[in-house]
Amino acid sequence: MSGRIEQRERRRAWGLVLPALGWTGLFFLLPFAVMVVTSFARREGREIVLAWSLQNYVDFVEKSFLLRGLVVSLEITALVVVISVLLAYPLAWIIAERVPARWQRTALILAVLPFWTSYVVRSYAWVLLLSRNGVVNDTLLSLGLVSEPLEMASTRFATVTGFVHFFVMLLTLTIYANLVQLAPNLRRAAADLGANGWQTFRHVILPLTRPGIMVGAFLTFVLCIGDYITPQILGGNNELVLPQVIMLQLGRRADFPMAAALSLVLMAVVTLVYIAVARWMKMERT
Amino acid sequence: MRALLRALPWLYLALLYAFIFLPVVVLVLFSFQDGRLPVPPFQGPTLRWYGEVLSDSRLMAALGNSFLVALGSSALSVLLGFLAACGLARYRLPGSALLRGVLIAPMTVSYLIIALGLLSTLNAAGLPLSLWSVGAGHVVINLPLCFAIIYASMGGHQVSMERAARDLGAPEWKVMWLVTAPMLMPALLAAFFLSVTFSWDEFIIAFLLSRFDVTLPVEIWSLLRSGLSPRTNAIGSLVFLVSVALLLVLEATVFRKAGRR
Repeated sequence: MSGRIEQRERRRAWGLVLPALGWTGLFFLLPFAVMVVTSFARREGREIVLAWSLQNYVDFVEKSFLLRGLVVSLEITALVVVISVLLAYPLAWIIAERVPARWQRTALILAVLPFWTSYVVRSYAWVLLLSRNGVVNDTLLSLGLVSEPLEMASTRFATVTGFVHFFVMLLTLTIYANLVQLAPNLRRAAADLGANGWQTFRHVILPLTRPGIMVGAFLTFVLCIGDYITPQILGGNNELVLPQVIMLQLGRRADFPMAAALSLVLMAVVTLVYIAVARWMKMERT
Repeated sequence: MRALLRALPWLYLALLYAFIFLPVVVLVLFSFQDGRLPVPPFQGPTLRWYGEVLSDSRLMAALGNSFLVALGSSALSVLLGFLAACGLARYRLPGSALLRGVLIAPMTVSYLIIALGLLSTLNAAGLPLSLWSVGAGHVVINLPLCFAIIYASMGGHQVSMERAARDLGAPEWKVMWLVTAPMLMPALLAAFFLSVTFSWDEFIIAFLLSRFDVTLPVEIWSLLRSGLSPRTNAIGSLVFLVSVALLLVLEATVFRKAGRR
């Protein structure tokens, strides 16, 4: 009798889960499988032939412009993560420690307000600022700091600036959330034991917020290395990051197998970093 | 020296806020530029570019498409996420940890890869690209988020209410619709609005999976090819205005309530 009820309950539960599961299967798992299979295919003329060959991956290692994409991606992402954390941490700390409690929410909302402009438009706004006759050059020239307008558009500097602008807002949120969770007693205890402000920060606050920094930095890494828009709009075509190389395969060449293989390489890199971060977090906790 | 040290945090705060707001201020300011280029010196103000944007039928069509895709895909994501959360939180299923993992999985994969996979699959199946394919892609990225938010907010305190409703003779769908859903309303709304903002701003899936009917970010993208123009500033400012309005509504309704509890 109870077995019957259990069976009915179970069928009902499956009925509830199945639509979401079906959607994920049909529009995520299946396409992913198709992509993995495609990465082992070859493009021959206009046809895509399923060859079960590793040639695309071999090409990735051997053809320098493909491998170069990954190297450029890693360099830019590393720069962005480090600069964003260094800029965002003090901001989060000032909002959490110096801004009066009842203004903190407002300060935080203000700090992430430009987050709500469209992503494409935000990159475009940086083009406006950094272009040859843009606001930044105009200001520098009128202050007499430079005599010639600086070439900032379509450079790595522009890409990194656009990224940092976005991720400072994101990291300020995650680090702030971490900072306000710390018990005020810790600070008092450190002061009672004779630590000055800097020592308290260095030996108590900073170690305790390291997980928050790590999570934010990882999020930055994932979103930054997979992004096509910012490097395309701000970096131009002087040096290509991996997502730009992937999109290039899709364009005129219509080389789906190569695009699939490169995407899986990108995913493998992200997974490796994820494993490293997860292990680090585990070690930190014990 | 001490005064300087004390002022230092505020100076830093001001500098960073300036950095954060600089692009938005320049974007909005030069949308009122009375000239062909949105660069200094500033001339104007004029509302001419806003007029052009609002009378541009392509842009307005893209705006409509964006709303349609965002609202439709978010509603479906919330519905599917809600049902799945009910199934996994209220019943014991074999391998439920695995099921949760599968439902969350798309969150860990970059949008570019999701878009590429869908594109190859649609091509292989011989299906055409349309707003429907964009919407399907947006459900893929929003469903994990909706499921996670709703699942996390399903606690034990609602179970007794549901049991009471069941004891009073309500059929299962009525329990879910009249008891569970209203109690979860903050989570459902948060999931919905978050999905709307993600879908509204999403570019790469919309770019790769659409053909003739495009969403707003894709239309703006094609505007960028013709270089700098105050028109792009105007449409960008309008998008920002809509998003901020949405944020304020959200802050005033959902989050304020959640914070007070």
